[in-house]
Amino acid sequence: MSVEPALLAGETATPPPKPGLSGRLARDGGIIFGAVVILLMALLGITAPWLGTKSPSEINPTFRNRVPGIEQATRNDDGTTRTFTYRMGTDSLGRDIYSRVVYGARISLVIGITVAVFSVAVGLFIGLISGYIRWIDAIVMRLMDGLMAIPAILLAIALVSLFRAGLMSVIVAIVVPEVPRVVRLVRSIVLSVREEPYVEAAICAGTPTHLLLWRHILPNTIPALIVQGTFIVASAILLEAILSFLGIGIPPETPTWGNIMAEGRGLFRLYPHNIFFPGIFLALTVLAVNVLGDGLRDRLDPKLARRM
Amino acid sequence: MLGYILRRLIATLPVMLIVAVLVFLMLRLTPGDPAAIIAGDNANNEQIALIRNRLGLDEPIFTQFFIWIANILRGDFGESFFFKKTVAELIASRLEPTLALSLATIILAVAIAVPLGVLAAYKHGTLIDKVVMGFSVLGFSVPVFVIGYLLIYLFAIKLNWLPVQGYQRIADGVGGFLQRLILPALTLSVIYVALIARMTRTSVLDVMNEDYIRTARAKGQVEIKVLFKHALKNAAVPIVTVIGLGVALLIGGVVVTESVFTIPGLGRLTVDAVLARDYPTIQAVILLFSLVYVLINLAVDLAYTLFDPRIRY
Repeated sequence: MSVEPALLAGETATPPPKPGLSGRLARDGGIIFGAVVILLMALLGITAPWLGTKSPSEINPTFRNRVPGIEQATRNDDGTTRTFTYRMGTDSLGRDIYSRVVYGARISLVIGITVAVFSVAVGLFIGLISGYIRWIDAIVMRLMDGLMAIPAILLAIALVSLFRAGLMSVIVAIVVPEVPRVVRLVRSIVLSVREEPYVEAAICAGTPTHLLLWRHILPNTIPALIVQGTFIVASAILLEAILSFLGIGIPPETPTWGNIMAEGRGLFRLYPHNIFFPGIFLALTVLAVNVLGDGLRDRLDPKLARRM
Repeated sequence: MLGYILRRLIATLPVMLIVAVLVFLMLRLTPGDPAAIIAGDNANNEQIALIRNRLGLDEPIFTQFFIWIANILRGDFGESFFFKKTVAELIASRLEPTLALSLATIILAVAIAVPLGVLAAYKHGTLIDKVVMGFSVLGFSVPVFVIGYLLIYLFAIKLNWLPVQGYQRIADGVGGFLQRLILPALTLSVIYVALIARMTRTSVLDVMNEDYIRTARAKGQVEIKVLFKHALKNAAVPIVTVIGLGVALLIGGVVVTESVFTIPGLGRLTVDAVLARDYPTIQAVILLFSLVYVLINLAVDLAYTLFDPRIRY
């Protein structure tokens, strides 16, 4: 779900760090916690095939809706038996929830990061031009106002309905509502920086506009964009899960946390684990990204809130 | 003041016009001929041409846009492809649950969040403060539907205190209406509480060092009145602002919550319309929600004078 950093921000500046490890932990605890959890999730996604999983889309009609921890013994061709433990049970098609949850980390992280990169890139480009060239600004900002007047989830839902369901259309549908927020942030920084003496000096020295924007103005936006980008990762992961959960996101056979939960909805009363296991992973990941964002904001850009 | 309200109302027109253009273009960009969709599978070319003519689809795109806008201003949102009803009827029949859920959520969220935020500010730096702020970050991170199913599991399945899902119209009995409203409203309010509590804490903290707080304490005012009368009132403007901005989250949350609790409201209608690719309904719902969002934030701007007499329009 999209939350503007301005709403999240407003914390008092961090006190000067105490020396030593405990001081650093107190100051950067959020950054460290966030980064470690995200790295673990990434590792989980990358090494999924070697973590005792089976194919996440392998259906098993004789072994549907089983509780977590159940074992299934299968007989091999040579007469020996081997057992497979379904750590988180199976869903209504007999697929292994544990495998689906582990593989689901891939989609969530890929979507979170891709959406953040695209939103920041597009927003940066539009924001730089809009902040610097007055006549474009008037048009662009009205368009952005219009886009921001549509609640983010609704806009994403409407956009998804335009394309065929798939990874790319979900990414586009989540990027569009995020872009205006980046544009506003970048534009506000450009507006304040363009009055700085060094920018005026560069103009006097005859620097062409594109070089001026690239060399002298763009670097000022980077700390704020890192913070904003982190929050976009969190909201993109949530939004993808929401779209998939509603049945309008990634096609249901793909293992994503939202899809696993969507599948578990029907039999929730009897088998709540279908929703709770992916839910825990999803919440933990989003929490880690948000905490990382908070920590980065305090370190890089305590005044971000004021600029919005 | 009246002149200001009028000017602000007029200023929302361009924004709504842009929303309308975006929503209109979305429909035009979709693959497929709406006339063919309405006509169904067994229609011949002449029938499709007739419907196309009736809908004005053979006019130039600008003319189509103005016809569309003129119709909407008269309350005619067109006909639903899927539900075979006019969109206006469809929306009217789905309005009550969404309105009830939203209002209950806002009341619940403000009632929980504001005292929590004030408490956190008052106990600044203590464990209570950290717990409230921790809850706030958590509230932003746990998806609405996970909270919803967690509450259903706890209160409806394990404890058996409340019904699992569904909605009862207020006309069919207030008791059942409230019983079925509690869990969805609680679910939806979590993210809102997180948002408001956080802003309340920051905003109250900002005013706690002001002279008038010291004066109020010096004259022997009881602490609770210092906090809720002197501090909170002066801290109100950012809090009210965030309540207004949070309506976007609320609207998004309504869509999800209504799906979790199978409430037949506008949110559920939105999802059903998207699944059925029922574009007239999608357009109408987005326009309506955006208008509500814009108007609520206008009302919030106007409410500033109530809290801060220094702001004059």
